[in-house]
Amino acid sequence: MVKRRTADERSISTDEAASLAVAPGESARPMRRRRLSRRTIRENVAGYLFLLPWLAGFLAWLAIPMGVSIYLSFTRYNLFKPPVWQGLVNYRELFLDELVLKSLANTSYYTFIGVPIYTVVALGVAVLLNQKVRGISIFRTIYYLPAIVPAVAGTLIWMWIFNPDFGLANMLLKGLGLPPQRWLYDIQQAKAVLIFMSIWGMGPTMVLFLAALQNVPKELTEAAYIDGANAWQRFVHVTFPMISPVTFLNMINGFIASFQIFTPAYIATSGGPANATLFYVLYLFRVAIQYLDFGFAAAMAWLLFFIILVLTLLQIYLSRRWVYYEVAPD
Amino acid sequence: MVETAGGARRQAHFRNGIRTLVVYVLMIALAVAMMLPFVWMVSTALKARGAEFTYPPQWVPDPVKWGNFREALTSLPFHLFFRNTLTITLANVVGTLIVASMSAYAFARVNFFGRKFWFRVVLATMMLPSVITMVPNYIIMTKLNWVDTFLPLTVPSILGGGAFYIFILRQFFAGIPRELDEAARMDGAGHLRILFQIILPLAKPALASVAVLSFIANWNEFLYALIYLDSMEKKTLSIGLRLFQTQYVTRWNLMMAASTVVVLPVIAMFFFAQKYFVEGVALTGLSGR
Repeated sequence: MVKRRTADERSISTDEAASLAVAPGESARPMRRRRLSRRTIRENVAGYLFLLPWLAGFLAWLAIPMGVSIYLSFTRYNLFKPPVWQGLVNYRELFLDELVLKSLANTSYYTFIGVPIYTVVALGVAVLLNQKVRGISIFRTIYYLPAIVPAVAGTLIWMWIFNPDFGLANMLLKGLGLPPQRWLYDIQQAKAVLIFMSIWGMGPTMVLFLAALQNVPKELTEAAYIDGANAWQRFVHVTFPMISPVTFLNMINGFIASFQIFTPAYIATSGGPANATLFYVLYLFRVAIQYLDFGFAAAMAWLLFFIILVLTLLQIYLSRRWVYYEVAPD
Repeated sequence: MVETAGGARRQAHFRNGIRTLVVYVLMIALAVAMMLPFVWMVSTALKARGAEFTYPPQWVPDPVKWGNFREALTSLPFHLFFRNTLTITLANVVGTLIVASMSAYAFARVNFFGRKFWFRVVLATMMLPSVITMVPNYIIMTKLNWVDTFLPLTVPSILGGGAFYIFILRQFFAGIPRELDEAARMDGAGHLRILFQIILPLAKPALASVAVLSFIANWNEFLYALIYLDSMEKKTLSIGLRLFQTQYVTRWNLMMAASTVVVLPVIAMFFFAQKYFVEGVALTGLSGR
């Protein structure tokens, strides 16, 4: 709409005209330059009232603690005496503490090797379930089940299976004539065993992939088939690009979650053997709750945040190369 | 050899049949592999002391020691652990449903200043590592004397948490046609009535999904229960099981019995509500676009 304004003319825009419109039940107002109608105020109050519970909690348990955490990361504090300002000492210590570095290495191993394997397995199973056979929902349920079980219980079960003396895994090896392994007690094998255990819980990720696969328009794969593409080519050039947003999402979630692994290591190995499974959050937990070194723990937490942020941004940047959006993301 | 149309079709059917067979074989093999740990758990749980170490592996124990369950469950107050876990979980589910619905409604239906900003904040909290607030919240809880109560495990997650659930519900609410709102508004309904009488009844699938997902997440909670629950009467099933592990280090049959008990409620709940689970996950994964 064209607005023409001269020095001695006042024109009103459509917003103002709308705000001046009289709603049923309201009394008419004299014509004035006003943007805040009673309706708008009501809407704003209503909005914030509905949001209030979450907002209050956000301030109390997220925003303010984050601020406190930043402050604490520059202090030495153990809860009994008041915090002592230390400047950047904690942050410098982060890079000198060999357990911090070790836990970062362990966590990186677990994440960068585990997540791709996990994602590929989930995708593979989803492709399997996407074949046009009957009874898929039963299998989907079965594959989902391990992921909903309390982590402590699941970890215990696997600890028992991988028990070096009497566990099922070594019994299986024995039956095949292979030597028994020490699994979680072996410095080289422990992390790999934990990665294997994590794959048991790939149900939810697989279900997401399955939903994405089922949403790939059949015309596209059929067109490729008609053009002579074989199954692998159809997958690589049609299916995979079409599900790449979901793949991307799963990978990001996978990285973020894997980098924070805690319970399996706490239950199965307590970070051993010889700190081979000392993961970052496990060490942070130890520093905070057992050593009561809150300042250092806070610094560790912020380092983790920074690492995850950089990782995520990097993945987002790289995603432009390989993620294909049929519709522009909003 | 002359290829007839019939011959080609028969060949195609044969290949199709082989393919279906292979798919089924793979799916069944995988299902067996996934369920094996559970079966082994129950099998071990029913074994007599010492029997769990026999080779070759014995799948059906002989004798079947149902008494293992009683022994495992009475050595530690598992009934208390169960009650505590249930209390915390139900409080969280109900609280989350209420708060997340209200917040999602505000984002989906109320046009207030800063709506987009706050929604982005909600999304941002989903990506925040929980350990960032772990340390300061522990200090706050200590100062408030909330340690060793259920409060740290309920209040922060109900108020200020649940970003994921807010997201799910908001996407769902946004998909409900506004005409329904407007019809109600013409009859004089305000936001509160629209939420309770129009939106929520239509959002039952999404609410059910949130309820189920929240139930599972809270039932399985470990780290924060570990940090905040000190006294025995307050511990949850996960913590109790961990305690059991540290006390019964090599008594695997008893540990598996305890694990079975901890696992059963969730599996039962899952079969009861699985429709909402799987659909809920799919709902959220795709509605992000």
